Amino acid sequence: MNKMEIMSGAKALMVAMEKEGVKQVFGLPGGANLPIYDEFARCDIRHILARHEQSASHMADGFGRVSRKPGVCFATSGPGATNILTGLATAQADSSPMIAVTGQVPVAMIGRDAFQESDIIGMSNPVVKYAFQPRTAGEIPEAVKKGFFIAESGRPGPVLIDIPKDVQTNKEPMDFPDEFKIRGYHPWADPDIVNVERAIEMLLHAEKPIILAGGGTIISSAFAELQSIAETLMLPVVTTFKGKGSFPENHPLSLGPIGMHGHAEANKMMTEADCVLAIGTRFSDRSVGTFEAFEKRLKIIHMDVDPAEIGKNQTAQIAVIGDVKVNLRVMVKLLLQRAIKKTDESPWVKHVKETKAYWKENLKIHPGEMGAAKILRKLREVLPKESIITTEVGQHQMWASLFYDVIQPGTFFSSTGLGTMGWGFPAAIGAKVARPDVPVVDIAGDGSFAMTENSLATAVLEDIPVIVFILNNSTLGMVAQWQRTFYDRRMIGVDQKSCPDYVKLAESYGAQGIRAQSMDELDKAIKTALSSDVATVIDIPIDPEEDVLPFVAPGTSLADMVLPS
Amino acid sequence: MWAILSILVENKPGILFKVTHLFRSRNFNIDSISVGVTDNPDYSKMTITTYGDEKRIEQIVKQLDKMIDTIKVERLDEHKTVYRELSLFKIKLSNANDSMEVNKLVNAYGGKVHDVKKDSLMVELTATPDQIKAFEELAKPFGILDVARTGVAALQRSST
Repeated sequence: MNKMEIMSGAKALMVAMEKEGVKQVFGLPGGANLPIYDEFARCDIRHILARHEQSASHMADGFGRVSRKPGVCFATSGPGATNILTGLATAQADSSPMIAVTGQVPVAMIGRDAFQESDIIGMSNPVVKYAFQPRTAGEIPEAVKKGFFIAESGRPGPVLIDIPKDVQTNKEPMDFPDEFKIRGYHPWADPDIVNVERAIEMLLHAEKPIILAGGGTIISSAFAELQSIAETLMLPVVTTFKGKGSFPENHPLSLGPIGMHGHAEANKMMTEADCVLAIGTRFSDRSVGTFEAFEKRLKIIHMDVDPAEIGKNQTAQIAVIGDVKVNLRVMVKLLLQRAIKKTDESPWVKHVKETKAYWKENLKIHPGEMGAAKILRKLREVLPKESIITTEVGQHQMWASLFYDVIQPGTFFSSTGLGTMGWGFPAAIGAKVARPDVPVVDIAGDGSFAMTENSLATAVLEDIPVIVFILNNSTLGMVAQWQRTFYDRRMIGVDQKSCPDYVKLAESYGAQGIRAQSMDELDKAIKTALSSDVATVIDIPIDPEEDVLPFVAPGTSLADMVLPS
Repeated sequence: MWAILSILVENKPGILFKVTHLFRSRNFNIDSISVGVTDNPDYSKMTITTYGDEKRIEQIVKQLDKMIDTIKVERLDEHKTVYRELSLFKIKLSNANDSMEVNKLVNAYGGKVHDVKKDSLMVELTATPDQIKAFEELAKPFGILDVARTGVAALQRSST
């Protein structure tokens, strides 16, 4: 056994983080985490300064989704801590691994309404996977060890470690355990061969089977298994929005995302299917429309790592609980053993392909040169296929879902569950830190970008050259679309009046700002951004009246999809 | 449908908050709750009774099970379980006859009488929630001045 070294809680935190392989932390210092910040002077962990704690948390989230290792963010107590709540909730809603470390007032001051005291443990409870509040310095190493394990295992999620200031400064002999026990946490299940076998039988006997791949497919990177099963059984593949790009969207069997703004062909075929292999999805209302209508006509095979998802929103005939990659591997193996390989196109697959071809030809898009579809197809055309996309939240996000085809699986990330405006840009910064070797583009709208635009300072000063691609309709576009659709065109609180000028804003931060008003300019702008070593904002003025279509209105079923006329 | 849930949890501060918060945030209702430390001081046992359809109760159990601080979550079969609640009633005595009548009622339900005063007495009754409800109905005409109930504690009977 190692001789226990005496060190402060703050130092122990950094040592424990280094043991977990942490190379950088996104954060903001303040009164209650100064002892922790002082340790940056004495360790190799890079600190990336955010301009708002919420942005720091989204950066950690973006890093975590791309690297599949928890991203780490630091914030001080009180408002610093409350500012990360949105980041925690976003990560929790999208099962993203994250460690948030907050400073807290000294132990003796807790509960006395001290300056910058907030009960972050209480406040964050519903939006974290777990939270620790070490009350002695000696508890810190184990909290970090357990925290990382909880954040990244099973269904990933955010873990909060709230450390009172005196716990940071107190010196104790430190033990960094390799082993630990969490009695009530069992994130792993054995491969479920019996139910996978049953699932194969059900799929083989279905007339119109389909795969619905959700975000869990991406989290467990089960891309090869998914593709193998789809090709072996000739199953068309739709995805949820979060599962977008779990299957190459240029594949003949790919139909793209279903849902409120799903692809027409995906929603149509999902509605016609009689059996679905649902992989790593929680059947969100945005994906499936009304729960009753969705499950009424379907046999459901539900694979998920989280047993609580089985039967929550949809009733499954067969449940396969466990890591979806593990169970999909079992399926691949069983198919191979039984020498099952479909080669003939069934009438169903033929119908699916015809439907896909029809909508490729016939989906009406904005007629102007700078319509959303054309802009996003241009982006796809110019970007290398390994580029990573993040999005903000709003119309541009749904246009990205509709018109930007993800070719390399696992390169598209969005705040799909909580729908956090302002997520995309800081998340892109985190993603670029995780993958500095590939272009990272935040597909943005002007409304969302405005919420975290000051992260430009981080991108420039920390030399993290991401591209912000703004479809700028100078409007809170999705809200405007709903006001046009459901509120008789009473446009309230949506006009951004072209303020600010994003080219000048970018330049004021030392970033590159380019306005693109034609396809030629856009082509040049993307190429310029790709070859620059500084963050670039591409501002693309678009028609504020353009709607996102197709549209499945809230409270209706996928069959009620409204198409562009 | 009424369900009795027996939940073994880590005996740490804040767990009761997390469990009750889960019920609130998932839109479930707690009908009664009782908590106490087990023979092993590392654990506490919570007994929660709740109402909901089959699917809902299954979902509550799964969500509770998913919590990292819960060690074991069981839904107890009412018919194979001993479940009791302790209740205290303060009952008004309006005339000399009342005292005798209330005592008879208490005896019939196997309760105990405490704190007998001129105008009131206190009843301790340990019984099932249904029996307590029935007692309460019969005691009402005398006038119930105050009530305190503990919530249900429950243990499954052994199978052999």
